Amino acid sequence: MIRLNIDGKDIWAKEGSTILEAAQLYGIEIPTLCHHPVLTPYGACRLCSVEIIQKGRSRVVISCLYPVSEGLEVKVNSERVARLRRSILELLLARCSKSEKIRELAREVGISEPRFKVEDDDCILCGLCVRACREISEKKILAFVGRGTQKEVAAPFFEPSPECIECGACAYLCPTGAIRYEDGKLIFPWMKKTSAVGIT
Amino acid sequence: MKIKSLEDLDAIKAEGLKSLYPDKPKVSIGMASCGLATGAGRIWDALSQEAEKGTHDFVLAQTGCIGYCQKEPIIDVLRPGKPRVFYREMSPEKALEVVGSLKNGEANTEWALCKMVEEDFLLDDEVRKLGDESPSSDICLSSELGFYNKQLKIALRNCGFIDPENIKEYIARGGYRALWKVLKEMTPQEVIEQIKQSGLRGRGGAGFPTGTKWESCRRASGGIKYVICNADEGDPGAYMDRSVLEGDPHSVLEGMLIGAYAVGSQEGYMYIRNEYPLAIKRIKMAIEQAKEYGLLGEDILGTGFSFHLKINRGGGAFVCGESTALMASLEGKPGEPRAKYVRSVERGLWDRPSTLNNVETWANVPAIVVKGADWYSQIGTEKSKGTKVFSVVGKINNTGLVEVPMGISLREIVEDIGGGVPEGREFKAVQTGGPSGGCVPASLIDLPVDFEQLTRAGSMMGSGGMIIMDQDTCMVDVARYFLAFLEEESCGKCVPCREGIKRSLQILTDITEGYGREEDLETLEDLATTLRDGALCALGTSAANPVLSTLQHFRNEYEAHILDKKCPAGVCTNLIEYSIDPEKCTGCTRCVRVCPQEAITGEKKEPHIIDTSKCIKCGSCVEVCKFDAIIKR
Repeated sequence: MIRLNIDGKDIWAKEGSTILEAAQLYGIEIPTLCHHPVLTPYGACRLCSVEIIQKGRSRVVISCLYPVSEGLEVKVNSERVARLRRSILELLLARCSKSEKIRELAREVGISEPRFKVEDDDCILCGLCVRACREISEKKILAFVGRGTQKEVAAPFFEPSPECIECGACAYLCPTGAIRYEDGKLIFPWMKKTSAVGIT
Repeated sequence: MKIKSLEDLDAIKAEGLKSLYPDKPKVSIGMASCGLATGAGRIWDALSQEAEKGTHDFVLAQTGCIGYCQKEPIIDVLRPGKPRVFYREMSPEKALEVVGSLKNGEANTEWALCKMVEEDFLLDDEVRKLGDESPSSDICLSSELGFYNKQLKIALRNCGFIDPENIKEYIARGGYRALWKVLKEMTPQEVIEQIKQSGLRGRGGAGFPTGTKWESCRRASGGIKYVICNADEGDPGAYMDRSVLEGDPHSVLEGMLIGAYAVGSQEGYMYIRNEYPLAIKRIKMAIEQAKEYGLLGEDILGTGFSFHLKINRGGGAFVCGESTALMASLEGKPGEPRAKYVRSVERGLWDRPSTLNNVETWANVPAIVVKGADWYSQIGTEKSKGTKVFSVVGKINNTGLVEVPMGISLREIVEDIGGGVPEGREFKAVQTGGPSGGCVPASLIDLPVDFEQLTRAGSMMGSGGMIIMDQDTCMVDVARYFLAFLEEESCGKCVPCREGIKRSLQILTDITEGYGREEDLETLEDLATTLRDGALCALGTSAANPVLSTLQHFRNEYEAHILDKKCPAGVCTNLIEYSIDPEKCTGCTRCVRVCPQEAITGEKKEPHIIDTSKCIKCGSCVEVCKFDAIIKR
């Protein structure tokens, strides 16, 4: 077992586990949007950032991927981290201004209106659906397409796939409701825009 | 023929020397991409026809880039026992004339750039005397030319001097000696020690100590290890890696072989961007030739050491120059970086220990092995050893590829080597480090150039792009340009980079369009902190540098845009207005004829006026006015 210190409290963790896993076992809360215990960590939302101090030097890392090590000192809510989280939530709120989940998280850190031009997207590209489709149902239908600001979640040709078994893992895990069940049918984010445009 | 002994190597060296210095005149044409773009191919055609005619007895050869891009196409003429003379700005006609003058034994002096009376092979201790003669004494020595006299070529040692498609010429100039020495006389640990002591640091941008990287990879557990060459050079304005691969591919190959031996790898990859077709062609040829001579493949030089190298072409994503994204791309996955909490030297390509270095780093390795760590570490500054290749571009007289010792001042690069900014213009700043770098202002022109100093000035070394800017460059617009580049190239995985760059760009665009608000600067600084602390890879963490460095050194320009709604450099079209100075206008009507909006009116020979409501600020009138009568404000 490895001993580390989170916010002044000594805790023990299995070798090879991450800071987030260790913290969760002790009930220490670290916010995340793209993490799920049964899926491969992805490290995209950066909300689980924490500050670590090693050999007297401080650094911000993401707890869902950073492996524990003996004597590691972790600060979950330092000023630097709090500022980063607030900024990430502000950016997400500007992207998904209508999402109840994001609004709520942003409210918790004191942001009601972002300083940026607001948009009305549903998807935050956390990749939970993509990983669920690959790792739980093993169908590998959902994937990321495009790059940067053009990136989106899609199935081949932006069409419902005949391979889909409608297990609903994607909808179940989606934090913002971008993928959801409506009238017994799965609704995907691309359906909003592709009805008129077709394949983009 | 497989090389198995030093005698074999010497025999090939002798053949190579014959081809480097034939017993009749030799005309070499610089045929890297830069030369070809300016017409070297047409010169080649003209001279090959001439050679076929047989009126003049000469050998025609191709070579790589000699660095002086401004003067391309460049050819050089080497006559037995005479100096090597370089000719600038050649055309097929001029080249024919130069060749024609060979017949009466005299060197043409009209278009001569410079000459060399001796050549230092660097890897051999011998300096080869070429001879001198009176007529060409009118031509200055290359060492007297401002462009060359402060340069020290290690990575570029062979570029412009050998035919890159001829392995024999590479061997003739001391090539593959280092590999021989390493495989026959040194243990892997000794190689690592030597590289560590030399102080060589990665030339791709981050400047990580190369020897330390190799050592970690050697120590990492795992049977299969990889060495990788990063040739996905993507910074706007940077082309040093392309030039090395096009001009001297074997130096990279030899470096990788040495690295592979040191870390214990038998398999490697060259990740090269698809936009470099000539570099790909030449490295492919180099690989085939090396295999033929027993320098690559199984049982190299008869030592039992084996190494296989594959080429992988990049699909055009800038982020694939980031080491972990590059490895993901090599694995056939989307080019997205991953967290580096476990380093690639332990778990890299296919989760196996991997050593990745960039082209220029690899090209330095053979020279260090042959000349020794002490020799290398004497060059440069305390923490930045050796030389660095820079591509000096932008508003500068001598655009070119230069290799200089670390610690040289920015002034020497800009003024002495680059020849300063064109006449009548004022040097304002130099942008270094690519899109993740920053702008160093003219006030810091005496800054010694090395990893530490550039970082301290708010910029970075990066891969070595240097874009010189003059008073007509708007620094807010520069920041906007680089952020636009980064937005396009962000992989989109992590929130800070994808959303943070996008929002920074929106704010910068607003400022350049005249919609800037006072609080914008604070928001930009906030986003910069978010990027630095929160982004996944170096593309994101350094993305704010263009903004931060321009804010640090040119805050007044931001304020002029935001508060006065003026662009002092006269670039941001929303913030400038064109008018005509009645004192200077002669009423020649040239501007009237080019104005696409018919916004300019006036009687002939009387001062004209611009109707600002029609003017689209295209600048056509400025270009044609011979009297500097158009005022941009």
